Amino acid sequence: MEMNQPIGHTPLDGKPEGLLGRPIDRIEGRLKVTGQAPYAYETRELKNPAYGFIVTAGIAAGTIRSIDTQAARTAPGVIHVMTHENVPAQGEKKEQVWPQLAGREVRFYGQPVAFVVAETFEQARAAAGLVTLTYDVAKPKASLRAAMPETYKPKPAQTDPDSALGDFEGAFSAAAVKLDVEYTTPAQIHAQMEPHATIASWEGDRVVLFTANQMLNRGQKSLASVLGLPPENVRLVSRYVGGGFGSKLQALPEATLAALASKVIRRPVKVALTRQQEFHVGTHRTDTIQRIRLGADKDGRLGAIAHESWSAAAEGDQFFETSANVTRSLYAAPNRITRHRIANLNTPIASAMRAPGEAVGQLAFECAMDELAEHLSLDPIELRVRNEPAEDPEKKVPFSVRQLVPCMREGARLFGWDRRQAPASTREGQWMLGMGMSAAARLNPLMPSSAAIRLGPDGILTVRMAMTDIGTGTYTILAQIAGEMLGLPIERIRVELGDTAFPAASGSGGSFGAGSAGSALYVACDELRQTLLKAADLNPEGAVFADGRVASGNRSEALADLAGANGIEAKGEIKPGEMKQKYSQYSFGAHFAEVGVDADTGEIRLRRMLGVFTGGRILNAKTAHSQAIGGMTFGVGAALMEEAAIDPRYGSFVNHDLAEYHVPVHADIPAIDAVFLPELDDKANPLKSKGLGELGICGAGAAVANAVYNATGIRIREYPLTLDKVLKGFEEQEARAQRRS
Amino acid sequence: MKAFSYERPASIQDAARLSAERPDAKFIAGGTNLLDLMKLRIETPATLIDVNRLPLAEVADTTDGGLRIGALVRNADLAAHPRVRKDYAVLAKALLAGASGQLRNKATTAGNLLQRTRCYYFYDTAMPCNKREPGSGCAAIGGFNRIMAVLGTSEACIATNPSDMNVALRALDATVETLSAEGRARQIPIAAFHRLPGDTPQVETSLERGEIITAVTLPKPVAGVHIYRKVRDRASYAFATVSVAAILTKGDGKGNGGIGQARFAFGGLAHKPWRVEEAEAALVRTGQADAAADAVLQGARGYGSNDFKIPLARRTLRAVVAEAARA
Repeated sequence: MEMNQPIGHTPLDGKPEGLLGRPIDRIEGRLKVTGQAPYAYETRELKNPAYGFIVTAGIAAGTIRSIDTQAARTAPGVIHVMTHENVPAQGEKKEQVWPQLAGREVRFYGQPVAFVVAETFEQARAAAGLVTLTYDVAKPKASLRAAMPETYKPKPAQTDPDSALGDFEGAFSAAAVKLDVEYTTPAQIHAQMEPHATIASWEGDRVVLFTANQMLNRGQKSLASVLGLPPENVRLVSRYVGGGFGSKLQALPEATLAALASKVIRRPVKVALTRQQEFHVGTHRTDTIQRIRLGADKDGRLGAIAHESWSAAAEGDQFFETSANVTRSLYAAPNRITRHRIANLNTPIASAMRAPGEAVGQLAFECAMDELAEHLSLDPIELRVRNEPAEDPEKKVPFSVRQLVPCMREGARLFGWDRRQAPASTREGQWMLGMGMSAAARLNPLMPSSAAIRLGPDGILTVRMAMTDIGTGTYTILAQIAGEMLGLPIERIRVELGDTAFPAASGSGGSFGAGSAGSALYVACDELRQTLLKAADLNPEGAVFADGRVASGNRSEALADLAGANGIEAKGEIKPGEMKQKYSQYSFGAHFAEVGVDADTGEIRLRRMLGVFTGGRILNAKTAHSQAIGGMTFGVGAALMEEAAIDPRYGSFVNHDLAEYHVPVHADIPAIDAVFLPELDDKANPLKSKGLGELGICGAGAAVANAVYNATGIRIREYPLTLDKVLKGFEEQEARAQRRS
Repeated sequence: MKAFSYERPASIQDAARLSAERPDAKFIAGGTNLLDLMKLRIETPATLIDVNRLPLAEVADTTDGGLRIGALVRNADLAAHPRVRKDYAVLAKALLAGASGQLRNKATTAGNLLQRTRCYYFYDTAMPCNKREPGSGCAAIGGFNRIMAVLGTSEACIATNPSDMNVALRALDATVETLSAEGRARQIPIAAFHRLPGDTPQVETSLERGEIITAVTLPKPVAGVHIYRKVRDRASYAFATVSVAAILTKGDGKGNGGIGQARFAFGGLAHKPWRVEEAEAALVRTGQADAAADAVLQGARGYGSNDFKIPLARRTLRAVVAEAARA
C-alpha cells in the first residue's frame, strides 16, 4: 500500500471495546523481568565467544606515532590485538558508519585505536590497559562558540537547511514588538540502559551480528559497506534492545570491530562498550547555539519569525541538528526564515538523539514565545492561540489534523493554569513557586516497511519482520493490531522481530516505528482476511472476525480450520505516498509544569507536570502513556541537569559517567502525567495513528524553564538551568534592589 | 583492571602487617569506590587485603558517653542506629544524603573516610592529574571545574573530598582509631586526618603505611539542632555542590543574637571537610550568618566554573542558621 489517499473506513474503526488501544501489559514483559529475554551481549546462540575490549585515543586531534602492543599480546589469555597496522581490508564509509582502525589519524577523543581480543572479558580489559601509544598531538578544534566564524551551510540531507518566506528583515524591523534572543543547549548523551554490544560470527563470507541496534536494515547496509560485503551476506539479530533514544540508529564501532576480529580469529567475538566509552565511542546530541527573532504587532500577532541554529558535526561529517525545522510549521507569520549552519569539530560523532531537531529547537523557541507573551502581557496560551495557522505556514498545505489549541485548553483546565500568578510572586517557605507551559510538536514520518504473517493449523498467527522493540512496546502493539484485524485473542499471536532474515522493516526511530511497521502488518492482515473469506466462501460484505472465527451471513468458520494443514501466509507492505506532500503531518501537545526554586540555594525542583497530547489512534494506552511520560522526563533532564561538558583543550566530555552526567532520578520526577485527546489521522497511515516516542520530550523542557521564570523572574537562556545560573540571577536581582534602596 | 593477588588475613593485626609488607596493597571493604577505580586503572593495587570478615562491625557506647563505631559498620546500618539517630542526628542525616540505598548497604565507615575525589580529570587516565600521577599537572585548573574546591587549594590540585559523612564527623569532632603494623594504637583527631593537597595531593590522609583504621569514635553528644543541608544538582544521588553539617543551639537572647553554641563544617569546598572555629565564635558573637561566612570564606578562590560555590556557601549557611532559629 502506498499512502496516496486518506484511508477511509477500516476494520479497526468503531471498536471502542476492541483489543487495539487497550492498556495491556507488554507481552514480553515477563521474559524481561525474569531475565529470560536475551539482549545482544547475552545471547548463547553463538558458541565459545572470545571477548573484545576497545582501546580509545586519549587525544582529540593528531596522528598516532607509535603503538606498542607487545605487552598486550603476551598478556594472559590474549588471542589477538588489532590495530591500524594489521586490521583486515575494509570497504567504504556509509552514512555515519566509518571503517575502523583505518589509519594513523585521530579525529576525536575516544576514537578506537586498538581492539584487544582475549579468552575472558577481564583478560581483554587488562590487556587493553597495556597497549601504549605515542602521538603527534595537534591542537583540537572543540568549541562551537570559537568555531562560529567558520560555520557553513551543510549539504541538504532529508531537509533543506534553509527556508525563507516573505521579507523577514523588513517585517521584523517594522514590528511594534520585537524579541531578539540567543539560547544555547549543551551536548547530551543518550544514557540508555543497555550499552552498545555486539557478538559477531562468520560462516564463509557471511557474517551474523547479534547487536543492539534500532534499525536493522539500515545497519545491515552500512555494515555491509564497511565490511566490503553484499548486504545479503550480513545478518543482524536484535530481538531485545534495552533503550535506544537514537544512540542505536546506526552500527557503532564495536559492531565493526567485533566483525573484523571475528574474521581474523575465526571465532565469535563479543564486545560491549563501557559506560564511560558510551560518551565518546558512542554518538551524542550536539550542542547548539540558537538565535530567535520574533516581530509581533501589539496584539501579539506575529509578522516575522527567524530561527537560526548552529551546531557541531564530527570531522568529515555533515550531520546537523535540525533545530528550526519545526518552527517552519508551528506558528503563523507571513515573513520568516530558518537557517542551519555547522562547524566540523574534533568532538565525537554528533548524531540523532530523541526528537533530533525538535527537542532542542523547542527548548529555545517555546521559551522565546514565553518571553514574547511576557512583553505583551499576554497569557502564553493566548499568544499561541492568536498565532494558530490555518494551514502549514511554509509548505502551504493543510495539516492532516492539528489539535494544538484543544491540547492547550484541556491542559490548562486539568492543570489549574488559571492559578498561575505574576512572576516571582508566589512563596511557600523558602520555595519560590511558578508554573510554565509550552506547545509540543513532532513531525510524523511514515517509512517503508514490510511484514509477513502465517496462520498455522493450530490457529496461531505468527508475525515476522525485521522490526525492533527498543523497550517501547512494539511487540505488544503489533500483537494488538494483528489480533484486532483477525479477531484473534492476543494469546494466539506470536510476534517475531529483530532479524534481517525477516521482511525489511522501518526499525525504531524518528517516532515512525509503530506507524510504519504497524501499517505493514495491517496490510498483511487485510490480505489474509481476504484470503480467509475466499477460502471460507463467505460474503465479504458484513463479515466479522471475532473470537478466532470469521462470520458472514448466517455462517461462521474457525480460522484454524481455514488455515489447513499447511497454514496460510500473507505479506504486507507500506510506503509513504502523496499524503506526505499534500498534508503537513505532526503530532501535537501541550506541557504544563510547576516548579519550586529554593530562594537560598537556587536549587530547582519539579513539583508536578502534565502533558496533553494528540497522536492519532492510541494503539496501547499504557505503552503510549509510558512513552509520553518518558519523553517528558527527558525534557526535565534537558531543562535542569543534562550537560556533557566539553573541555575545549582536550576535546573530551569531561563528566563522562553517570555519577557526573546527571539524568533525572525518581526523586526528581514526583508527579507526572500524560493525557491523550481522542484523534484519528486518516492521512497518516492505515492505522490512523501518529508517532509518540518523541512527542513527550518536545517542548517539555521549555515548560519547566518557563516555570522557573514564573517562579523567580529570572530568564536563563543557557541550558541546563543549574543552580549556579539561578544564583547569578538572584545576585543581579539583589544588586538591583540595593541600588534602588 | 590490573591483575592483583587477594588476601584475607585472619586478624586485624595480620591485616596491618600485610599492608606494611606489601607497598602496593589496598584494603578492600565495601569496594563501592575502589572497584570502580580499579576497573578504570586509576587504582592498580598489586594486592587486595579483604577486611570484611574482621571483627570491626560493632557500634558500642563508650565509657564517657560517646560512641565507638567499628570501621566496617555499613553506612546504612550506622544511619539507622538508634543512638546515632537520637544523639548524632547530623551524622545520620549526612549518611542518608549520600549515594543510594544500594551503595549505603555496602559502603563502610572507614571506606567512606577514605573515599577518593570525584574530580573529572582524576577519573580519566588520559588527562594530567597530580593526584593520580604525581608531577603530571592539574587539568582541572583552567578546565571545567564546576565541582572543584575553592578553599585550601594548591597549584597542584583543586580536588574536593566528596564525602557527606566526613563533614558530619568533622562537626562532631570525631576521632579516627588505628592500629599499626607494629601493634600500636593511635587516635587521630578528624581535623588532622584529611590533608590539604599542597605539593602532594596523592597523600590524602595522615595514615601511615601499614596502619589500619579500626574505628571512629564520637565524643559525648552535643545538644542542639542537628542539620545537614546538602545543596545538589538533582534531588538524590548527586554529590554535594556545597553542604553544611551544623549543630546549633538557641541563645539566651542576651546579646548573642539568637545562637548560643555553634559548630558547623562545610563539604564540597575543599580537599577536606572545612571547619573554622573562629567562624563559629563569630556566629555566636554576632548572630549573623554573614559574619560567620566571612570567616569561613577568607581566602576563598574560584577557578571559573566553580566560582558560584563562594556565594552558595554563604547563602547555605544563612539558610542553616535560619532553619535553626525556626526549630
